[in-house]
Amino acid sequence: MNGLFAAGHRYGRFETRAATRDPAWVKWTLVGLGVSYFALFLLLPLISVFAEALRKGWEVYFAAIVEPDAIASIKLTLLAAAIAVPLNVVFGVAAAWAVAKFDFRGKQILITLIDLPFSVSPVVAGLIYVLVFGLNGWFGGWLREHDIKIIFAVPGIVLATVFVTVPFVARELIPLMQAQGKEEEEAAVVLGASGWRVFWQVTLPNVKWGLLYGVILCNARAMGEFGAVSVVSGHIRGLTNTMPLHIEILYNEYQFAAAFAVASLLALLALVTLILKTFVEWRQAKAIAAAQEDAHS
Amino acid sequence: MLPGFSLSLGITLTYLSLVVLIPLLTLFLKTAQLSWPQFWEAVAAPRVVATYLLSFGAALAAALLNAAFGLLLAWVLVRYNFPGRKLIDTLVDLPFALPTAVAGIALTALYSKNGWLGSLLEPLGVKVAFTPLGVFVALVFIGLPFVVRTVQPVLEDHDAEFEEAAASLGASRLRTFAQVIFPAVLPALLTGFALAFARAVGEYGSVIFIAGNMPYVSEITPLIIITKLEQYDYRGATAVAVVMLFFSFVLLLAINLLQAWSARRSGRQP
Repeated sequence: MNGLFAAGHRYGRFETRAATRDPAWVKWTLVGLGVSYFALFLLLPLISVFAEALRKGWEVYFAAIVEPDAIASIKLTLLAAAIAVPLNVVFGVAAAWAVAKFDFRGKQILITLIDLPFSVSPVVAGLIYVLVFGLNGWFGGWLREHDIKIIFAVPGIVLATVFVTVPFVARELIPLMQAQGKEEEEAAVVLGASGWRVFWQVTLPNVKWGLLYGVILCNARAMGEFGAVSVVSGHIRGLTNTMPLHIEILYNEYQFAAAFAVASLLALLALVTLILKTFVEWRQAKAIAAAQEDAHS
Repeated sequence: MLPGFSLSLGITLTYLSLVVLIPLLTLFLKTAQLSWPQFWEAVAAPRVVATYLLSFGAALAAALLNAAFGLLLAWVLVRYNFPGRKLIDTLVDLPFALPTAVAGIALTALYSKNGWLGSLLEPLGVKVAFTPLGVFVALVFIGLPFVVRTVQPVLEDHDAEFEEAAASLGASRLRTFAQVIFPAVLPALLTGFALAFARAVGEYGSVIFIAGNMPYVSEITPLIIITKLEQYDYRGATAVAVVMLFFSFVLLLAINLLQAWSARRSGRQP
C-alpha cells in the first residue's frame, strides 16, 4: 500500500549476485505467469473500456460526452471532489500533526478509527447517512420542517464522498511525519518561530510530496465513488447523478457506447492518477535520498 | 514542547466524530430498537444467508488467488529485470484508481457472450458473466494490488546476505525460498490477504454489473441492503448492515494485529 519508501531501490541488483540469481527458465516462467495474470485481469479490462467507447465511432463518443445530463454529472462529480478533498486535507494534516508530534493515550485507537472508513462497505456508508438525514431518520422531521434536503440531493452526495475519502491524506502523512520526528520543529520553536510559521516553513516543505500523494489518491476515490453515493443519490438525471451513476443509468438502458464513453473519461483520470503517483513517488525518493546525503556530509 | 496539540487533536476528534463515528453509532442505535426475534428474522432469512455465503465465499476465493499471484508478481517486480516491468509496476494500482462502476461494466463487456473472453469461454461451457463466477472475477480485479503492495517493500528490504549464507551452507534455491525468504514475507502476505478479503466482502460497484443479481444464486450482501432500502425496509437493511459492520471490525482488528506482527518481524531483521 505504502509505496513511498520503496521507490528508491535499485532494480536488477538481485540478478548480479550468484546466490540470489535464479536460473533463466525459472525467471522467465515466473515472469510469464505474472505478466499473463496482469494482462488478463488488469490490462484487458482497461483496454476494453476504450475499445467499447469507440466502437460506434468518434461522433457517438463525443455526443455522449457533451449531452446535457453527462455535463451535469461531470459538474456534480467535480463539485463533490472540490468539497471532499480540501476538507480531508485539513483533517489529514491536523490528524498527522497530533499523532506524529505528540504522545497521548489512545493514539493507536485513534489511528485505527481514522482507517475505519476503508473497512466499511460503501453501501453501509451510504446507509448510515440515510438513517441520520433521511425522511425517517433522526433529523428527518426537522429537516423537512425547514425545507432542507440532504438525502436524494447534492449535500448527501458530498457527505457520502467525504466519508469514503476520510483516511487518504491522513494515512499518507502520519507515517511520513512520524519517520521525520520533531527535532526540526523543536529547533524552530526554540529560535522563536510561531506554531504556524513552524508548520508552513518547516513541516510542510518536508511532507509536501507525501501530501500531494494523498491528495491524488483522495481525489481519484472522490470522483469515482459509486456504492455510497448510489445509496444517497436518488438517481435524478441532471440533478443528483455523478459520473459513475450516470454510467450505470446509461448501461442499464443498453446505451453501451455512451456508457463506455463517459467511463473512458474516468479511466483516463485513473491513468493520469497513476502517472502522477509514479512521478510523486520518484520525487519523494529523491527528496529522501537528498536528506540522507545531507545527514552524512 | 511543540504548539498546536489541542487545536490539531480538537479538529481531528470533532471531524472524525461528525463524519464517521456519530453516523456509525446511529446504525447501532437503530438496530437496538429491534427485538431479538425481529433482528434474527432479518439477518437469518434464507435469501440473506445465501448472500453471505456468496459474498464471503467469493471474497475468500478471490483473496486466495490474489495471495498466490500477488506474491508471484511482487517477486517478479522486485527480483527480475524484464521489458515492461516499469509499466506493470505503475499499472498494478489500477484497481485503486479506476472507479468501481467502470471496472464493473468493462468486466461485464469482456466476459459476456459476445465479449473478447466470453466468446472464447462460452464454447467451452464456462459462463462467467451473470453467474457467481462473475462475482469472483470482479473481486479478483479489485483485490489484485493489496498483496503485491504489502509484499513488495518487504521483499525489497530483504537482505541478499541471508540468501548468500543459505547458499554457502548448501541450501538449494527452492529450500532458501521456503525456509529463509517465505517466513520473512509471511506476515506481509497475510496482511495483504486480509486487506483484499475485507475489501472484497464489502465491494459493490464492480460486482453488480457482472453478477446478474439473481436471488439465492448471484446476489451479494451489499446489494440486499440496497434492495431492502428500496423497499423501505429500513429495519432489515440496518440489521444486515450491522452484521457486515461487525465483520469489518473483526477483520480490522485482525489486520492491525497482523501489521503489528509484520512490523516486529521486519524490525528484528538486522
